Amino acid sequence: MSFLTLKGISKRYGDFTAIEQIDLDVERGEFLSLLGPSGCGKTTTLQMVAGFVTPSTGTILLDGRDITHERPEKRGMGVVFQSYALFPHMTVNGNVGFGLEMRNMKRAARAERVAEALDLVRLNGLGGRYPKELSGGQRQRVAIARALAMRPELLLLDEPMSNLDAKLREEMHIELRSIQKRLGITTILVTHDQVEAMTMSDRIAVMHRGTIAQLSTPFEAYERPETPFASAFLGKTNLLPGAVLQRNARCAEVNVAGTTLKVPHEGRHVQGEVNVYIRPEKVHLAAVDTAGVRATGRITTRVFTGNQWLLLIDTGLGQLSVAQPNNGAPPPDEGAEVGVAWSDDDLRVLQKEGNHGNA
Amino acid sequence: MATLDPERAGAAPWLLSAPALLLFGSLLLVPLLLTLVLSFHVFSDSQGTLATYTLRNYLEVITDPYYGAIFARTAGMAFTVTFLCILLGVPETIVLARMKRPWQSICLLVVLGPLLISVVVRTLGWQILLGNNGVLNNALQALHITSEPIRLVFTMTGVVIALTHVLVPFMVMSVWATLQKLDPQVEWAGRSMGASPFRVFRRVVLPQILPGVLSGSIIVFALSASAFATPALIGGRRLKVVATAAYDEFLGTLNWPLGATIAVLLLIANVAIVLGCSRLAERRFKHIFD
Repeated sequence: MSFLTLKGISKRYGDFTAIEQIDLDVERGEFLSLLGPSGCGKTTTLQMVAGFVTPSTGTILLDGRDITHERPEKRGMGVVFQSYALFPHMTVNGNVGFGLEMRNMKRAARAERVAEALDLVRLNGLGGRYPKELSGGQRQRVAIARALAMRPELLLLDEPMSNLDAKLREEMHIELRSIQKRLGITTILVTHDQVEAMTMSDRIAVMHRGTIAQLSTPFEAYERPETPFASAFLGKTNLLPGAVLQRNARCAEVNVAGTTLKVPHEGRHVQGEVNVYIRPEKVHLAAVDTAGVRATGRITTRVFTGNQWLLLIDTGLGQLSVAQPNNGAPPPDEGAEVGVAWSDDDLRVLQKEGNHGNA
Repeated sequence: MATLDPERAGAAPWLLSAPALLLFGSLLLVPLLLTLVLSFHVFSDSQGTLATYTLRNYLEVITDPYYGAIFARTAGMAFTVTFLCILLGVPETIVLARMKRPWQSICLLVVLGPLLISVVVRTLGWQILLGNNGVLNNALQALHITSEPIRLVFTMTGVVIALTHVLVPFMVMSVWATLQKLDPQVEWAGRSMGASPFRVFRRVVLPQILPGVLSGSIIVFALSASAFATPALIGGRRLKVVATAAYDEFLGTLNWPLGATIAVLLLIANVAIVLGCSRLAERRFKHIFD
């Protein structure tokens, strides 16, 4: 039995459906991300788990107990908000200890637990400050300490990193993940940042228009997207529209702009119009006359980002985006004619959206 | 915001604020100074205001229990009105802030309504409502709640009711401003940490709107302590407050120096209380709010 279960959850606001029949199981100790663009329903889902929003249909079970209509103050969950929602009129100690105070914990025991929680996020000694006197990163740590101080069974994170600068955000990803593993606390993270979701999660639920488009490990989600949306949303990808010529046991032969590509179909019943996908880092540059070159074309754009080169190449198949790791030697310059190659196993094929009810 | 170097700014700041300074100087500071000077003049029943100076006016106002009672009545009135404005205005604002779109603007307009109506019309309205043969007393008697009319006009109760009515909007506007700055997620944060809606209000929301309540109180107190029209029209000639007493000295007994003295003392008392309160608030909330 899963620790947290969402069964047939929907949320409607008048005519607008924010969430459409979601089923989700979260295991004890798991770190699960709800990933999607704004308006996909990920925050609404989290708010229903926290009890701030009541579902229109469905039930939510926490450790076997029906909490669908339980009030938020009875649920005992730790929540970290996007704005941090610290109490500006209380010190850090007051903020972190608030939940314990509400549980009528004695002052001495409370101080101990507050110090412990601040220690966890490396904020010792700042307990006497007011939120206004802290930096953005410190405020975020206070918000995390405040949620953890109550030792909740479930930790809910609502885009907690979106107000931090890039470098700090990367540090917090690693740190928060290690805290979560150490405490073994079941965690749900809401984010629109796919790197964040991949770095931290055991599993990712990719959400799209109020439904879950894909639920799998970060690696599976990236390597084997099950829907065109998941494929486009997780990382960059090249999309080549084509039509299925024939389909055998393992591969589908797809006609893309006059060239036939052999694509593993992974058991999908693809037919008619489809999209073929390949990740930029799976495309390799080769000399035009090398054996095994799949297409040739001219480099139109070349960008250096430090760890890699990003190239746009106009080929007979269409424009391809190619990522080359920086191995010390720059790739050919803009305007150069090059060949591109890949392994057929790195190609993916999905039915075109809206064409076959696959979306 | 862009700021100029002190050296480069030159005369521009002074020139730009010159019209406002001129207006304040000629229309506020000069009359105030003249009033102050006037309050030290000697008044003679037979010759009027004389060009000699004395402190007797101040001694008279401070020592005479007649004026003491007027000042005490005014302070009592101002504190009661302020207290009632907090009691009515704060919940009113919170309800307003949670209303949905068209209703919110409509109700806000209703709340601010009293400020849009001329003081004379508004006060006459209260006369009609509160008079011995007014709507309220007729209704109470028709329902057999009272057998004879409750005297409200020409009493302090009537004055306090009318003043509270017109001053509540200032409290609402001031609390409204702090409520708008309140992060809506803090209430959820409080709930998620095990606090009931009531405790969230008392421990999380109320402390954060307190600065707004305080500044609203200062405005309401200052305005009610120096209110003239409402006490004059609803309180009548006999129920004097400081502002009406000063008016009577000026236009009734024509003792201008004494009237000026009362006005100056009212100003000093008002400024002292208001400054004291805002100093206290500043020190209390300094490290919490920007």
